[in-house]
Amino acid sequence: MTNFHDLDPVEARIAARGVSVYYGDKRAIDNVSIDISDEYVTAFIGPSGCGKSTFLRALNRMNDTILGARVEGEIKLDGEDIYKSGMDVVQLRARVGMVFQKPNPFPKSIYENVAYGPRIHGLSTSKAELDEIVERSLKRAGLWEEVKDRLTESGTALSGGQQQRLCIARAIAVEPEVILMDEPCSALDPIATAKIEELIAELRGRYAIVIVTHSMQQAARVSQRTAFFHLGKMVEYGKTSEIFTNPREERTKDYITGRYG
Amino acid sequence: MSPAIPILLALALGLIGWLAARGRAWALRKQVRAAGKDLHSLPNYHGWYVALWILVPALLFAVVWAATSPGLVLAHVLADPAAAKLPAFGFERDAILSEARALASGSTDAVFNQSARALVEPFREGMQRYALIGTLVTVLLGLSGGIFAFLRLRPDFTARTRVERAVMAGLLLASLAAIFTTAGIVGSLVFETFRFFQFVSPLDFLLGTHWGPDSMAAPTHGVENSYGALPLFWGTAFIGAIIAMLVAIPLGLMSAIFLTQYATPTVRRWMKPLLEILAGVPTVVYGYFAALTVAPLIRDLGHAIGVTSASSESVLAAGVVMGIMIIPFVSSMADDSIAAVPQAMRDGSLAMGATKSETIRRVLLPAALPGIVAGIMLAVSRAIGETMIVVMAAGATARITANPFESMTTVTYQIVAMLTGEGSFDHPATLSAFALGMVLFLVTLTLNFIALSVVKRFREAYD
Repeated sequence: MTNFHDLDPVEARIAARGVSVYYGDKRAIDNVSIDISDEYVTAFIGPSGCGKSTFLRALNRMNDTILGARVEGEIKLDGEDIYKSGMDVVQLRARVGMVFQKPNPFPKSIYENVAYGPRIHGLSTSKAELDEIVERSLKRAGLWEEVKDRLTESGTALSGGQQQRLCIARAIAVEPEVILMDEPCSALDPIATAKIEELIAELRGRYAIVIVTHSMQQAARVSQRTAFFHLGKMVEYGKTSEIFTNPREERTKDYITGRYG
Repeated sequence: MSPAIPILLALALGLIGWLAARGRAWALRKQVRAAGKDLHSLPNYHGWYVALWILVPALLFAVVWAATSPGLVLAHVLADPAAAKLPAFGFERDAILSEARALASGSTDAVFNQSARALVEPFREGMQRYALIGTLVTVLLGLSGGIFAFLRLRPDFTARTRVERAVMAGLLLASLAAIFTTAGIVGSLVFETFRFFQFVSPLDFLLGTHWGPDSMAAPTHGVENSYGALPLFWGTAFIGAIIAMLVAIPLGLMSAIFLTQYATPTVRRWMKPLLEILAGVPTVVYGYFAALTVAPLIRDLGHAIGVTSASSESVLAAGVVMGIMIIPFVSSMADDSIAAVPQAMRDGSLAMGATKSETIRRVLLPAALPGIVAGIMLAVSRAIGETMIVVMAAGATARITANPFESMTTVTYQIVAMLTGEGSFDHPATLSAFALGMVLFLVTLTLNFIALSVVKRFREAYD
């Protein structure tokens, strides 16, 4: 059974109850329940293959694109079951944005990359409005000063760290409620990583942020809540400070002290 | 004596040389191993080294000799007093000579032309003499090469590197064969085209609008106004680059999108090979499908909608069938380049809340565009070079019109028509086929070149 620490009661943006994810016959996630709030950055940690990314992708139904993937249990976004029949996946993904492991800007201009979401969701009625959205998103992603004079250049020509911030700007542009980040710094150097971490701290409070990470130091630096996954189960969930200083589970302690993983 | 004999002798010598050299190398190895050292190369390499030194000169000579000795034999026969009675030139002289040769070599014993009998003996004599010389020289060359190589064998002899070099030279020659053949084809094309342009000015040819060569008229008759190839270029472009592409691009692209994005793996596994069967259908089969099935349908359609000029051979019929033939080219290139767009790109778009078709239109197709364009260019170059379909379904009338129900002719059709006629090879009508071929070659070469460089740049972008 998952070991929940005593947490302050918060209003849950996402509430998952008894969630299991299957790939064909293989169960990748087993009976996970968790509340995710706007106020905190939540980190999912655990060894490779523990299912943390799978669970993350269940939160905006990205697993739908994988053949044979199936989700059981209940995941509610603002009280609405996102797996109910008739749920509009397109709307859901506009509300729950995602940033991937490897920066994946589209082979378009920087401007067009950020304008992509607003365009497909019809968020602006005029060019001026779209310009404003692009500028605001790039500013929030901390990229505006670096790219404001070359918005027409290709997004793929930026450095890795800039590309990743562009992807964050792209996700922010549709004003999501939640941003899911799947190991966003694993392809970046330490300086670019530090910038992304600063950015996450700035975005906290405006969006509910969930970050999957391999780096325990990173989880400790950026998150206020941490969930430890192992073999498809969520072993422990609590305040980051407590998980790292005073884990209740032996397996968590072993992982954090570097005994395996 | 058969020309195979020197070759067989050379092969036998080579085998002997191989065995002898390998034996020698074994003996050498025994000696040096006793001294705690080893050969530079394995004994087999010594064997091959000597065998190559025997075979290469001997076989080269045998091949050259097989090509030159008939001429020497003939010279010998003609020097004989009996040859003085031969007619000076023409068919009869050639007939008598070839009959005498056949008799001498024993491939026939009946004689039609009695005067051939006198030449049999000189022929037999010459053949024997030169066959003997050939065999002797072959064997001598093989032997001297073998002895030279055998004497070079030492424990530290670098036989391995030398044999490897010979292998590389062999491979290089093999790859050059195709290149030389292409160069030869281009060379003859250029030569004949040049001869054509001695009759007809290139400007009249490229820009003239009337095509009506007459291979029976005097070579210089009407050269100013009957070799205007513009109608052929227009016909070719209209069928191959316009109508065929109007069919092939949408169908090919849509099937590629379906196969890569919507089809389940099972459907894909069945449909892709079925689609590729289209590329394996012989073009002549497409030709009669166009001529017998599609063309009448289109003519009736034309009459039904009030186009009275609709003919039973039409540009539309040829173009549509050609488009169908080209579908696999377009779809498989598009398929590859869509599949080459990284999954991360697709996920990125879907995670923004884009639908599948928005993702395809706004992200996948733009990213795959260079590959798709390259595929289309290859398809066009294939289509304009296509012959059978237009020969059977497009017609022979050279005209410039935009009415797709009329018959029209193409470059390839006219090449066939000019070369299968009775015209002689110094008549501009026949030579025009080479000039047309040259134009076609240059156009398809350019298209392929552009397509390949586009593909190359595209591939580099995602590595």
